[in-house]
Amino acid sequence: MTDPNVTTDPRDLADADAETGELEVDPVSGYELTGHEWAGITELNTAFPNIVVWALIITHAYAVIAWILLPAWPLGDDYTRGLLGLDQGEMAIERYEALSADRSRWLASFETGDFDAIQKDAALMIPGMAAAHRLFQDNCAACHGPDGGGGPGFPALNGDTWLWGGHPETVAETVRVGINAANDDTRFGQMPAFDWLERDERDALADYVVALHDGAEDAQGAGAQLFAENCSSCHGDRGEGGLMNGAPSLRDKSVIYGQDRATVLRTLRHGRQGVMPAWSDRLSEAEINLLALYVATLGEREAEQAQ
Amino acid sequence: MIAAGALGMTERKVAFALSFALAVLGLVMAAAAGQGVMAVHGAMAMLLGIFLIFRTGGALYDDGPADERFERYYDAPTRFGIAMTLVWAIVAMAVGVWVAALLYWPEGTPAVPWTSFGRLRPVHTTGIIFGFGGNALIATSFHVLQRTARARLAEHVSPWFVLIGYNLFCLWAVSGYVLGSTQSKEYAEAEWYADLWLVIVWVVYFVLYMRTLARRHEPHIYVANWYYLAFILVVAMLHIVNNIALPVGWGVAESFPVWAGVQDAMVQWWYGHNAVAFFLTAGFLAMLYYFLPVRSGRPIWSYRLSIVSFWGIVFFYVWVGSHHLHYTALPYWAQTLGMTFSVMLLVPSWAAAGNAIATLNGAWHKVRDDATLRFMFVAAVFYGLSTFEGSFLAIRPVNSLSHYTDWTVGHVHSGTLGWVAMIVFGAIYTVVPQLSGRDAMVSLRAIEWHFWLAVGGTLVYTVSMWNAGIVQGLMWRAYDENGALSYSFIESVQAMAPYYLARTVGGGMFLMGAVICAWNCRATMRAARGEAPDRPIVAQPAE
Repeated sequence: MTDPNVTTDPRDLADADAETGELEVDPVSGYELTGHEWAGITELNTAFPNIVVWALIITHAYAVIAWILLPAWPLGDDYTRGLLGLDQGEMAIERYEALSADRSRWLASFETGDFDAIQKDAALMIPGMAAAHRLFQDNCAACHGPDGGGGPGFPALNGDTWLWGGHPETVAETVRVGINAANDDTRFGQMPAFDWLERDERDALADYVVALHDGAEDAQGAGAQLFAENCSSCHGDRGEGGLMNGAPSLRDKSVIYGQDRATVLRTLRHGRQGVMPAWSDRLSEAEINLLALYVATLGEREAEQAQ
Repeated sequence: MIAAGALGMTERKVAFALSFALAVLGLVMAAAAGQGVMAVHGAMAMLLGIFLIFRTGGALYDDGPADERFERYYDAPTRFGIAMTLVWAIVAMAVGVWVAALLYWPEGTPAVPWTSFGRLRPVHTTGIIFGFGGNALIATSFHVLQRTARARLAEHVSPWFVLIGYNLFCLWAVSGYVLGSTQSKEYAEAEWYADLWLVIVWVVYFVLYMRTLARRHEPHIYVANWYYLAFILVVAMLHIVNNIALPVGWGVAESFPVWAGVQDAMVQWWYGHNAVAFFLTAGFLAMLYYFLPVRSGRPIWSYRLSIVSFWGIVFFYVWVGSHHLHYTALPYWAQTLGMTFSVMLLVPSWAAAGNAIATLNGAWHKVRDDATLRFMFVAAVFYGLSTFEGSFLAIRPVNSLSHYTDWTVGHVHSGTLGWVAMIVFGAIYTVVPQLSGRDAMVSLRAIEWHFWLAVGGTLVYTVSMWNAGIVQGLMWRAYDENGALSYSFIESVQAMAPYYLARTVGGGMFLMGAVICAWNCRATMRAARGEAPDRPIVAQPAE
């Protein structure tokens, strides 16, 4: 490297020896010092290393090539498009469509909603259930639990009792329109508040409902009377549920909010109106059917695990 | 704190008046707000003002300062700044370890709003960047500026105004987050009045810096001062532009930013990345350029490399913020520019790191024996590593794997733990004994312990986050042979458990090191044998 300073008389440089024009030399490295000094800190006048020049050239060449090939510099109301003519929006759509096309090889068959035929077709069910498992985990598990076991406020999906019906067709409809959801066709389910009952009536009713769970209810008491008058039309004569109207059985684990006395009293006093969102805007018809079939298998999985 | 012995009578009166003004300002704020976060912040300012009124007022008629003070450097603000650096380090690192633990053990979140992850996470980032990093920058800048200019600070009150005002800003910021108040801009979460307050503090800092520099008795301005000035100037620009907002009212903390949509995102990441560049890099390069040659006793390896890396870093960095917005609504052309400038930025960054490491030629035996110098060496190495990683992650296809994963978190921490914190500790271990009139810290063994805890913690942290991020990125983009996603999102979360545990351990090690450092500094300051022995070249005229 030629040092531009060499073009001037070295003896003119500040801190250079006035006779020889030489700068002081660092004894360790053998390089000249610049002559600057700040409270003991000095600097070497080391020549600019070649490797840095090459690195600058390479990175700048990379940048210039990228600017030529890709959209790069703004020009007021436009920008340089680049020789490759790439558009990130178009590329995203293309890739999405390529993936969708690949998936539709088998996913399209789920659009029909002929559940009984699909369930018998192993060539469809094997890829379908694997994909449905991820769909369930990503969209449903947050409320219904990773195994569909439910939780406080969210019904279990791996049992035998259904609020609206367990056939895949009914489940698909529930997923599509939701429950008490922002959808014109949504399912409507409400446990009214029985706050107009007297306190002792609610107590009696609660005792009866708690006992129902264990099958130890007093069929002759005041609770039974109140239950027959106020509850049985939705929950069934003996609280067995299964009327497919959104009211849970009070005799099995499908109970949603809990069947201890305090929870039952709270439910009686304030009512309940749980919400399941409608998924028709978010999932495709095939995906909804896929999920419905998957939910139908949850009970079987539960039974297999229990063995 | 404000030693009356150092302030003249006029200066004491000014300090007293400023304390009074702060108390009144706090009262007005609290009264205007009436309730909510701003009222609490007004009350905090008022209490601080009242405390300072007693502090300055009580010392108003003490013995006057000795005239010899002008023959010395003014180091009391640096001592205070270092103490605040260590306080913020322990608080903000502890919060960081706590939120890291919450990621592994989310059930551990207490059921009260202010301890939620969302509120505590910005306490960690603000506490570290502004509390720990900012105090270290201001404290060391006063030290380095005076030494390299061979001149005493131009003022006696304004250094205190800068430090106390700055810490009030930090306190307003983090207490606001805990109370649920945020501007929702990353690293700029503080509310509008705190932002305005910081502008005032920053202008005073700039004026003080320039006035002192103007009094220098050296013909040249040392590299460290170029970087400190770049830090002060550009941070002012970034802070003002990103925080322009219309308050909902003069008595409420909430405000509307003037930027909207993708422009807001671009301004935010122009700010965000240059907070990394000019807050977390330029200022700390200034520290490196001063303390490394001082500690190693070696000349800077290449003056020419210093010039190229300074101008390269300053010019290229301001372009690269858009690499935070790859594959978003930001136009492709802006992403290309961010990517290419990030790659070009690598050379000046490595030139600075290489210049630092080559400076150690002839002093490697000291690196082996002296843990303080080893801190600086490791800092330079991690600076090189994380700037390479940064340029690499800025390349669009690489970013498609790393974006939104914990790789980003690993990258940030390789910079903040490995580079920023290491150089701060190296600087602290050099400055603290000097300001205490001692040859060395009280415990050299404690420095060794701190060094190995810090290096070990950094490695455990960054390696676990690199693994976590790459695993996440690969899981998110994996499709099975039928074109369906191979993993649900929750599976990628469950896969993080071992890495999150390791990260908590690494962070905990780093925190332990910082606690040891704080103890060692306190012990050394208490065992002080006098003031710093070095002197300005000429006594400054009394004002």
